Amino acid sequence: MPGKVKLHYCDGRGRMEAIRWLLAAAGVEFEEIFLETAEDLDKLRNDGRLMFQQVPMVEIDGMELVQTRAILNYIASKHNLGKDLKERALIDMYVEGMMDLNEIIIMLLTYPPEEQVNQLALLKEKTTNRYFPAFEKVLKSHGQDYLVGNRLSRADVHLVELIYNVEEFDPGLTANFPLLKALKTRISNLPTVKKFLQPGSQRKPHEDMKTMDKARKIFRF
Amino acid sequence: MAEKPKLHYFNGRGRMESIRWLLAAAGVEFEEKLFETREEFEKLIQGGTLLYEQVPMVETDRMNLVETRAILRYIAAKYDLYGRNLKQQAWIDMYVEGLKDLSDMIMFFPLSLPEEKEMNLEHILARATTRFFPVYEKALRDHGQDFLVGNRLSWADIQLLEVILMAEECKPSVLAGRNEFMARISHIPTINKFLQLGSQRKPPLDEESIETVKNIFKFERGMFLKNMSTIVAEY
Repeated sequence: MPGKVKLHYCDGRGRMEAIRWLLAAAGVEFEEIFLETAEDLDKLRNDGRLMFQQVPMVEIDGMELVQTRAILNYIASKHNLGKDLKERALIDMYVEGMMDLNEIIIMLLTYPPEEQVNQLALLKEKTTNRYFPAFEKVLKSHGQDYLVGNRLSRADVHLVELIYNVEEFDPGLTANFPLLKALKTRISNLPTVKKFLQPGSQRKPHEDMKTMDKARKIFRF
Repeated sequence: MAEKPKLHYFNGRGRMESIRWLLAAAGVEFEEKLFETREEFEKLIQGGTLLYEQVPMVETDRMNLVETRAILRYIAAKYDLYGRNLKQQAWIDMYVEGLKDLSDMIMFFPLSLPEEKEMNLEHILARATTRFFPVYEKALRDHGQDFLVGNRLSWADIQLLEVILMAEECKPSVLAGRNEFMARISHIPTINKFLQLGSQRKPPLDEESIETVKNIFKFERGMFLKNMSTIVAEY
């Protein structure tokens, strides 16, 4: 009898949020054990549960998985959110680009305020000039409802998460991307995703300085 | 009739080197189209084959693949270097992701500001010897097998060898007493061939090639971040 999936992280989005989205979209229930203090992190480390002394860590199928991409790859493969070799190559290409963009968001509040302004400008520029055009073009090229293989894959889930994330900074960023907007609506209406978007779900709110201060204490940076 | 994969990059290691290693270890012959100047790079961008206007890019099986990890995963899976089942894949992923964190630090080290160099090197070596290498040591010791995962050669072993050699270039004695694994992996024929002079393996950056890289990709500032949790590349 398989145990429940357990997520170990702090109570914020950070690097765990993409994992929460994917599990939710796949309809997999999970528990969360939140790090509240630096000592909580120390304990996980001292107990030898973190391969590289880092979180995210996810207990799943008798393993203690670390490394965001390893975790995401496992979940996606297990729940059939990315199929044959060539399709997976396309999915991986798209997802890696999304993660590059999302990285700017994840790191944003770690910078001093003056630099945050620059990073925000960079985020907007890359969104509208590099990444959204690429994904809009993909959707336009095949005219299908999903990015790859005419079926839901992790690429769609990660993209919709990304769209929500950038719109939190500036709702106008999707203005010129009608196909992305349509994808966002479509994916948001899938039962599992719809549920995750409701208040009270395990989705975490937009990162603020309060969560960042707490993260600084836990991770000692 | 399969065409050879064609690698598009500059004439150096950078992010393409892991891909060269994996192809070589799999015994796959490949061609390289290496640009030397900013203008040549821009020409490649104009050509429209770079999904995000970035390299590495590998032309293979009628795809223009970009994003290092996407390329590596494709090659690993295609040439049966990705484990036999999902769990093995997960272990391989964990191992290679950890190695990437370390190899990124080493890769960006030459771009440190001069006054930071010594501190950064110490940081890299500390991480290598206390956080990363012990993990792989332990894995090999615990199961007593010759390879990291599933008792057969995988992407994880190839990546580990590459990163050990990179670390040794930083400090030759960094791996005192860990020679058995290296000796074993180095003797695999395809890998051995890649380690010979004249192979497509690239040398580490020197003063001249650092300048070339800076010009092509327009790196303008010291990029080695204090906490090393991520590298932000601007190009």
